[in-house]
Amino acid sequence: MAHEDENAYESLAVAAGGEERWAFGTGFDDPLAGVDTTVPAGVDVRALARECLGAGDDALILSQRLALWVSNAHELEDEVALANIALDLLGQARLLLTRAAQADPALRPAQAPGHVPDEDALAYWRDAEQFANVRLAELDDEHDFAKCIARLFVLTTWRLAVMARLVDSPDPVLAAIAAKAVTELSYHREYAAGWVIRLGDGTDLSHERMHEALAWAWFGHDELFEISDPDVRAEVSRVVEDVREAATLVRREQRCPVNSRSGRDGEHTEDLVTLLAEMQAVARANPEATW
Amino acid sequence: MSLDASWPLWEVFVRGKRGLNHVHVGSLHAADADMALHHARDLYTRRNEGVSIWVVRAADITASSPDEKDAFFAPSGDKVYRHPTFYAIPDDIPHI
Repeated sequence: MAHEDENAYESLAVAAGGEERWAFGTGFDDPLAGVDTTVPAGVDVRALARECLGAGDDALILSQRLALWVSNAHELEDEVALANIALDLLGQARLLLTRAAQADPALRPAQAPGHVPDEDALAYWRDAEQFANVRLAELDDEHDFAKCIARLFVLTTWRLAVMARLVDSPDPVLAAIAAKAVTELSYHREYAAGWVIRLGDGTDLSHERMHEALAWAWFGHDELFEISDPDVRAEVSRVVEDVREAATLVRREQRCPVNSRSGRDGEHTEDLVTLLAEMQAVARANPEATW
Repeated sequence: MSLDASWPLWEVFVRGKRGLNHVHVGSLHAADADMALHHARDLYTRRNEGVSIWVVRAADITASSPDEKDAFFAPSGDKVYRHPTFYAIPDDIPHI
């Protein structure tokens, strides 16, 4: 055993068939290894595509919101934690958007150049009203860490409940993506809930800030519940109430105007327009760029 | 109310998938042990390095002093017979 290597990491890295790259790590699993990617007969392809698109957009937009914390967090450790979560979500988004376009090629935006992969065409060449993410994902947290955590907690609690049920999807690809997402989201929820409790049950100031932030995040609660099964609603409510209680935070209602149209139907806030302008600018200006 | 603005320092030890023992990989700041474990997971196992993490407050480690280096370590420098190199180790004895 090479435990006396100058770089401690060398003794930890697992040899993985010539794929070792220090910067990327080693020994990774392919979440779709051995999965048949043809859509099974009997599956409603339009519905499957909409489901993948909505879940993919939720992950993509939340990932972008979290990425904006890089170089801006209060501690380096939490900055890396938020970046890790953003990258997990980006990985989910890539798989889900790719699957959405496989199931329904008509989703691919016509203005995207032909050489651009489906996932990039969907991410960079749609306008705000074509995005299907829930509005809670897009709201600007204004670099308020309590808001960042509150939104992350509500969204990951909901997404974990949704993904845990998609593990049984009749589409084997969506089921495999959901299985990967469940382990990732379990950690995201744990991280966010830990901070909700730490701040809620902290000083008078942190308690008040967390209280306000959770009220702000709860804004999107009706929309999430509108598009969810009753058992998802029950699970999310139970987890949120447990964490609220541990964090000594009482409930404060603030309702999102649902108007029968949700983010899934392309109903969004100005915050998404601003976010997309920044996220898409480089890809649209330089469609031939590689990096 | 006065609070120490900085979190204490923790030392991180990670055991790799095929490693037998935890190795020191670095340090980090955290408010308590639970947060230190989470931070260690986020900072030191994000490239798939580990299956187990230990964290310990840096202040709780008692280290040998560089001034005592000779008294501590020099006497073992010429005791070659303390190495088990004079024995043949059977092939089926692993991890030595």
